[in-house]
Amino acid sequence: MIKAKPKPLEEIIDHVKDFNKLLIAGCDGCVTVCEAGGLKEAKILAAALRLYFTQGGKQAQVDDTSLTRQCEKEYLAQLSDRIDNYDAVVSLACGCGIQYLAEMYDKKIVLPGVDTCFLGVNEERGLYSERCQACGRCILAETGGICPIARCSKRMLNGPCGGSAGGKCEVSKDIPCGWELIYNRLKTLGQLDRFERPCEPKDWTTSRDGGPRTIIREDLRI
Amino acid sequence: MRLQYPPNVRIIEVPCSGKVDIIHLLMAFEHGADGVIVVGCMEGDCHYMAGNLYAKKRVQRVKEILDRVGLGGERVGMYNLSSGMGGRFAEIVREMTSKIMELGPSPIRIATGTAARAAGEVAA
Repeated sequence: MIKAKPKPLEEIIDHVKDFNKLLIAGCDGCVTVCEAGGLKEAKILAAALRLYFTQGGKQAQVDDTSLTRQCEKEYLAQLSDRIDNYDAVVSLACGCGIQYLAEMYDKKIVLPGVDTCFLGVNEERGLYSERCQACGRCILAETGGICPIARCSKRMLNGPCGGSAGGKCEVSKDIPCGWELIYNRLKTLGQLDRFERPCEPKDWTTSRDGGPRTIIREDLRI
Repeated sequence: MRLQYPPNVRIIEVPCSGKVDIIHLLMAFEHGADGVIVVGCMEGDCHYMAGNLYAKKRVQRVKEILDRVGLGGERVGMYNLSSGMGGRFAEIVREMTSKIMELGPSPIRIATGTAARAAGEVAA
């Protein structure tokens, strides 16, 4: 899932301090799971902003809501009858949701309330780590189910670099070497012979090198 | 025990301090509390394993929020007591009340003009 973290309150205050009517819009999707932008976080941010405005002697209206998903027009449409009541909307959705909200209500100021970070997993509550870079051409079948694009700092395709030591990456002792993980996994699976077949150079046009991407599924479209 | 502690304290009972969420504490300040303390069981003695540890982290987060919005994080606190420590509870409430009296009314009450009531209302 997409992982995000709340923006520092000071940054949000700096963006909204001149408005009088604000809507804090959470998203019930990915950002709820990583506790960065769901309904609860929307209510907390709204309460914090109300305290900020009130103690400063300003009468501001700060409401909160949460949409099922902000990356779909059908759910964004739930705001259509009330969004005009606000000067600006702080979206706690991921970067996709924030942009889609701004795209749908193009005359409304839409501000981000979270920093969207990566596609990752919940290792435990409060610990999320990256697993996928959405490169557009999955090679996990070749690498024991561990992605060298996401897990190797250099995105190496044919084994570790010289910076791998003791199972750790030279970038940080807290980062396991992706290729050490792959080697150990392939060894467990009895597939070490995969190392004898070099990977072809990767086609990065399916990743960001090809510009903003679109998926067109004619079988699904009407 | 008939222990005495200031009468301007409203006690809100919860099944476990882990039930107290950040939004509850912020709402107390929005509704005009000058200070709030969360009193949970002793660390390691939570009947629900870690409720009081969650509460401790939430109180810390509320302190940070209050500092950033201009109310001051010292208006909220967390204490760990057992059910047999009534004397210490009364002492803590007296301490917190006098600390809040020194700080004065919450900026929210000053801004909304409701600070005429006796300063130092503490919700526990």
